[in-house]
Amino acid sequence: MKAFTVHKGLVAPMDRANVDTDMIIPKQFLKSIKRSGFGPNLFDELRYLDEGAPGQDCTNRPLNPDFPLNWSRYQGASVLLCRENFGCGSSREHAPWALDDYGFRAVIAPSFADIFFTNCFKNGLLPIVLEENIVDKLFEEAEENEGYELSVDLSRQVVVTPSGEELSFSVDEFSKHCLLEGLDEIGLTLNEVDSIRAYEAAREKDTPWLFGAIK
Amino acid sequence: MAGKTLYDKLWDAHLVKQRDDGSSLIYIDRHILHEVTSPQAFEGLRMADRKPWRLDVNVATPDHNISTDTAERAAGVDGIPDEVSRIQVKTLDDNCDYFGIREFGMNEMGQGIVHVMGPELGASLPGMTVVCGDSHTATHGAFACLAHGIGTSEVEHVLATQCLVAKKMKNMLINVEGQLGNGVTPKDVVLAIIGEIGTAGGTGYAIEFAGQVFRDMSIEGRMTVCNMAIEAGARVGMVAADDKTIEYFKGRQFAPTGEVWDQAVAYWETLQSDADAMFDAVVELSGGDIAPQVTWGTSPEMVAPVTGLIPCAENEQDPAKKQGIERALTYMGLEGGTPIVEIPVDRVFIGSCTNSRIEDMRAAAEVAKGRKVSESIKQVLVVPGSQMVKAQAEAEGLDKIFIEAGMDWREPGCSMCLAMNADKLGAGEHCASTSNRNFEGRQGGGGRTHLVSPAMAAAAAIAGHITDVRSFD
Repeated sequence: MKAFTVHKGLVAPMDRANVDTDMIIPKQFLKSIKRSGFGPNLFDELRYLDEGAPGQDCTNRPLNPDFPLNWSRYQGASVLLCRENFGCGSSREHAPWALDDYGFRAVIAPSFADIFFTNCFKNGLLPIVLEENIVDKLFEEAEENEGYELSVDLSRQVVVTPSGEELSFSVDEFSKHCLLEGLDEIGLTLNEVDSIRAYEAAREKDTPWLFGAIK
Repeated sequence: MAGKTLYDKLWDAHLVKQRDDGSSLIYIDRHILHEVTSPQAFEGLRMADRKPWRLDVNVATPDHNISTDTAERAAGVDGIPDEVSRIQVKTLDDNCDYFGIREFGMNEMGQGIVHVMGPELGASLPGMTVVCGDSHTATHGAFACLAHGIGTSEVEHVLATQCLVAKKMKNMLINVEGQLGNGVTPKDVVLAIIGEIGTAGGTGYAIEFAGQVFRDMSIEGRMTVCNMAIEAGARVGMVAADDKTIEYFKGRQFAPTGEVWDQAVAYWETLQSDADAMFDAVVELSGGDIAPQVTWGTSPEMVAPVTGLIPCAENEQDPAKKQGIERALTYMGLEGGTPIVEIPVDRVFIGSCTNSRIEDMRAAAEVAKGRKVSESIKQVLVVPGSQMVKAQAEAEGLDKIFIEAGMDWREPGCSMCLAMNADKLGAGEHCASTSNRNFEGRQGGGGRTHLVSPAMAAAAAIAGHITDVRSFD
């Protein structure tokens, strides 16, 4: 996994609550058996005026002029500023894959849906929860100031504004460690092989019906 | 010290290791795979030269993007018209062959929507941890499982290690006492709950549904309720085990038998919250107050009783909610203040992991029997959740009732719930749907979804618009 340490980037605002994963990456693109290439279809139904199809070249599709990510001032954005309950709905990891492939490295919101939040960490994408009034203020600043950038420092757990204000956020220790080091979680778990085997042996004795039923 | 909740008990029973950094490793008893969220996980295993930790915990089936058309299904996997879908279904077949995972192929008895086939085969059993790369995995909580959806990286993690890195959730109790009125179904109960606590109300919680309404409910009804826990933001929804739970699993294909069955039953009987268990949040509803529910907007929390009106944005004080209502009504092509029963319907979908089990088919057939679909309706899709549901429905003659009423009787799969196959809405079309999400574009670009129960969907098909099934005689 790609490591995340410090990132400074242009902020793009997505001013709506309850953005669901169908909105982030519509279902027709889930037919892919790859992990990459979802960026051009991120927010497909909001971003384009026509209906997108998998495998299509998106460069000449008609863009929705009302969608902020299409505005020139937000080109190259890598920090997405969102409203509450971002990423609700399905478990599709294609949602963080699409955000990552587009170029986002961090997503800031007052709250996230649980599965999406977990999925982000597995892909080097940092979801940051800040209080609603702080997010409101960041929306105002990002909309008022063209070229508005935020800096995210994971090891210090702070978002730094252009004026130097530091906004702290919490992150669980394990996810932080994995993200800072870019660690393979499977490899880490496999270091616990003895614990897993010991658990399994006890379990097979107590609950034998959980073993061998499906062949 | 306070007693334990059902969730606490299941968590403790599956805890492999509590790490110093606060994270935990929990053991996974059952892993269900489908074609959409597994290919990248299998690819990850191959690239790292890893093998599944255990084979006998995994069971796979294609469901999300297979055709429900009888002729197309008869042509087999090679006959799937959409090339990208065909490759994905074939990839699941190939991966299961390569790694030795038990798969119920597209046209094999046992195939079905993951959350329909798992319980009916006894592949998921009470007290298990059940995961699947699908957010509706909470369905299996209906029989006291700790079940939740996972992403593809976690699918790979479970395949490789039989464990998940997890953090314990908080406990929420949703208590619904009293009795449901005639024509009020499990779907109406869960929609009313989501209307009450909101689409993020359960975020961070494992929900236990308790009270007379759930004690009286069938196991299939409890599955409908737990299925939609995620629509209230909760990854986990569950109901305590009781006699009905045990009875449901007797004789199922992968359920234990003989002495081991007795041993399993003795364990399953312990799967309830202790009387003095503490919950972090408690929500109380009265079952007798719940009417059939209909969603009018683009989030499952945008729901109203069928007797009600579509809300007016101007009456909302909270500016964010006001904006949400305005945006939803614009998308839905509806006006605030309109009676719910005046919502037009173009297509009807009866199916999905929420409502495609035999009891759902029976409820829809009871309404459809001897009636005809309104001429104004373009299509009514009735999609059984599994090969077994289909066979049972046909043995009961339900297929004939649907066909005689003018409905399409299809092959099992996810179908128009998420429109990954050809079953989809056209832009602007309204659908009375028994599925679980009314998000923008969910059932087809520009499509407008109204979530309802199977009986309400069938009634809408007959009436040509949303109607109160209780007024049907």
